[in-house]
Amino acid sequence: MNPAASALLLTAPPAVPLAAAALHAVAWRRAARGARVPGPAQWAGLLGPAAIVGCAAALASYVPGHGPVTAYGRLLRADGLSVWMLLVTGAVALLALAASPGYLAGERAAGHTDAAGTHRYYTLVHAFLAAMCVALLAANLGVVWVAIEATTIVTAFLVGHRTTRASVEAAWKYVVICSAGIALAFLGTVLIYYAARQAGISEASALDWPTLAAHAGRLDPAVTRLGTALVVLGFGAKAGLVPLHAWLPDAHSQAPAPVSALMSGVLLAVSFTALLRYKAVADTALGAGYTRGLLATVALVTLALSAVLLLAQRDYKRMLAYSSMEHMSVIALGAAIGGPVAMPAALLHVAGHGLAKTVAFCSAGHILRLRETTRVGRVRGLLAQSPALGAVFGLAVVALLGLPPFSLFASEVGIVRGGFTGGLGWAVSLALALVLFAFAALGYRTGRMVLGPPVAAAGPPQALGVTSAVPLVAGLLACAALGTALGPLSHLLTAAATTVGGR
Amino acid sequence: MSHGVYAQLLDLACGVFLLCAVVVLWRRELAVVVRVLAVQGAALAAIAAVLGGHERRWGLLVVAAGVGVLRAGVLPYLLRRALDVGAVGGGPYREDVSEGRETRPVVNVAASLVVAALLVLLAYAVARPLVALDPTPATRALPVGLSVVLIGFFALVARRRALAQVVGFLVLDNGITATAFLAASGVPPIVELGVSFDVLLAVLVLYVLTARMRAAFGGTDLDDLRELSDR
Repeated sequence: MNPAASALLLTAPPAVPLAAAALHAVAWRRAARGARVPGPAQWAGLLGPAAIVGCAAALASYVPGHGPVTAYGRLLRADGLSVWMLLVTGAVALLALAASPGYLAGERAAGHTDAAGTHRYYTLVHAFLAAMCVALLAANLGVVWVAIEATTIVTAFLVGHRTTRASVEAAWKYVVICSAGIALAFLGTVLIYYAARQAGISEASALDWPTLAAHAGRLDPAVTRLGTALVVLGFGAKAGLVPLHAWLPDAHSQAPAPVSALMSGVLLAVSFTALLRYKAVADTALGAGYTRGLLATVALVTLALSAVLLLAQRDYKRMLAYSSMEHMSVIALGAAIGGPVAMPAALLHVAGHGLAKTVAFCSAGHILRLRETTRVGRVRGLLAQSPALGAVFGLAVVALLGLPPFSLFASEVGIVRGGFTGGLGWAVSLALALVLFAFAALGYRTGRMVLGPPVAAAGPPQALGVTSAVPLVAGLLACAALGTALGPLSHLLTAAATTVGGR
Repeated sequence: MSHGVYAQLLDLACGVFLLCAVVVLWRRELAVVVRVLAVQGAALAAIAAVLGGHERRWGLLVVAAGVGVLRAGVLPYLLRRALDVGAVGGGPYREDVSEGRETRPVVNVAASLVVAALLVLLAYAVARPLVALDPTPATRALPVGLSVVLIGFFALVARRRALAQVVGFLVLDNGITATAFLAASGVPPIVELGVSFDVLLAVLVLYVLTARMRAAFGGTDLDDLRELSDR
């Protein structure tokens, strides 16, 4: 690939959303001053995600065959893993931004937001997308850290988009826990940088991931061990893994529905991708046993915790948030197992979970608008009142339960198979038992929401509307398609898994 | 500068740096704590400057100046402003208004200091492989950086006032920056710049949220944050 083309393909994913954010920021300032000048149209919000998907698709056709693409003197770099994650990010963002006009129209009708609020929403969402793209494409681990911390800052006011007590509380916990957690990841990064400098790697390339991965064998084991543990703790916080997971249910239940979808569907996974890169370095330096034990422990504790909390859950947005923790721990378990079966399955699980959770959160937003409550017990008979919404929400949860034809079934089977052949059979058996609990809780509560006669206060039947339905149905179809056949994506998935040791 | 003077200056700066973290745990008046945080920022800048002077790396001196401006100037100034906005009373007794004090810390002062001592011991134990990798005067001071990280984390969990929690976060962050300077003369400039920018923005976000918290809850006692739970 010639330098201009690679520079274009690597610059556009962060640059287009950033430009959109800037345009909306200008419109926001104007609207806040009371000017009635129309800003960028709402459909223009789809340009950013479309650019991400387009560039990711172009890279996907090149990278698996020809190896990584770099630009700006190796500052930006796309290998199989980043292209796969970029594709997932773009797809989820496309759905979330397609669902945004409907969400904002509802907010405006209810008097919760105005023109300035709409532009503020788009400014922050686009900046959020840009930060995630930088986190995926930066070759320098320090820059990756800066970008992931930037996502916390940008989304703080999306989580706290109202000035209610609940909203302020969620935003405070989110910023404090995530910033402190991720600070530990930075300490881990500093220690690995120290080990790399002592191993004779130059200052400029000691945090450069390809260089680090290539020379990982020379790193001091004791220092690397300490650094890796801190990184797992820190990026684990942002990926919704214990012990610093407490922000997740609050933030996901308070954020606007499309933002919850983006946070749950891709932000957790983007942070986990960073973790995978450190894992690859640590596995070379220390042998696979260390990160495997660490990740398997964290995954099982997270899974147990989320299963217990799912059993006791009465709020459906929090229920979906705990289901995200459950799926992140399944992904972490897949990464802990590693190897040619479990690693691609874990990455496929990221994609399937991203799509299904986006549909689930966006339809939960519609349910909230319809019924004005987040209590599971007060939402009955959705199918009777709004057949399309009930069906979409029900199917999204069916996908999240890991039933065929959706791709989460295929990926969970892959992780289980990999676990039994890869020597982590006990962990997988335990995880299966816990997943069964989560399955029962999620299935039972969703059944009560979707089926049965509507509660008396439900109001007249309501149609979902075509513009709201299209992104939701598209997400479900994409998730089912991924579960049926990977097609041309299978090369990319293999390349992505190979990047971080799925051999 | 000669080797002996260099080691002494470095140890002096590290000593002040660690002492400030302990004082943050000791004192309850937030106005005092913020002043101590500024001193700690200056000590951090001094560590970087001493290292830069010793290794004759002028770039590091520029970084030291930047760190000093941010951590001894801008960040304490922001906290101070948040504190002044919150203090309802005026005059000489302003700092005694309950908003400006950590009135009922989760762990009392004596216990906090004992915990701080234990954390320092822990940091020395954990840092042994780090020092063993390359024993120089700078890396021998690494346990100080780690101690401050641990003390900052402790302050973050053990404090009830929103601003005290922000101070804990900044102490934690100072500790990490000090570790980076002592271990490898700091991370590459582009990363350092990004990290400083992120910290500044995070504090600004928390500054705005503190104001909102006051409007919504009528105070900044974090025990009031109990709207969201699993029941």
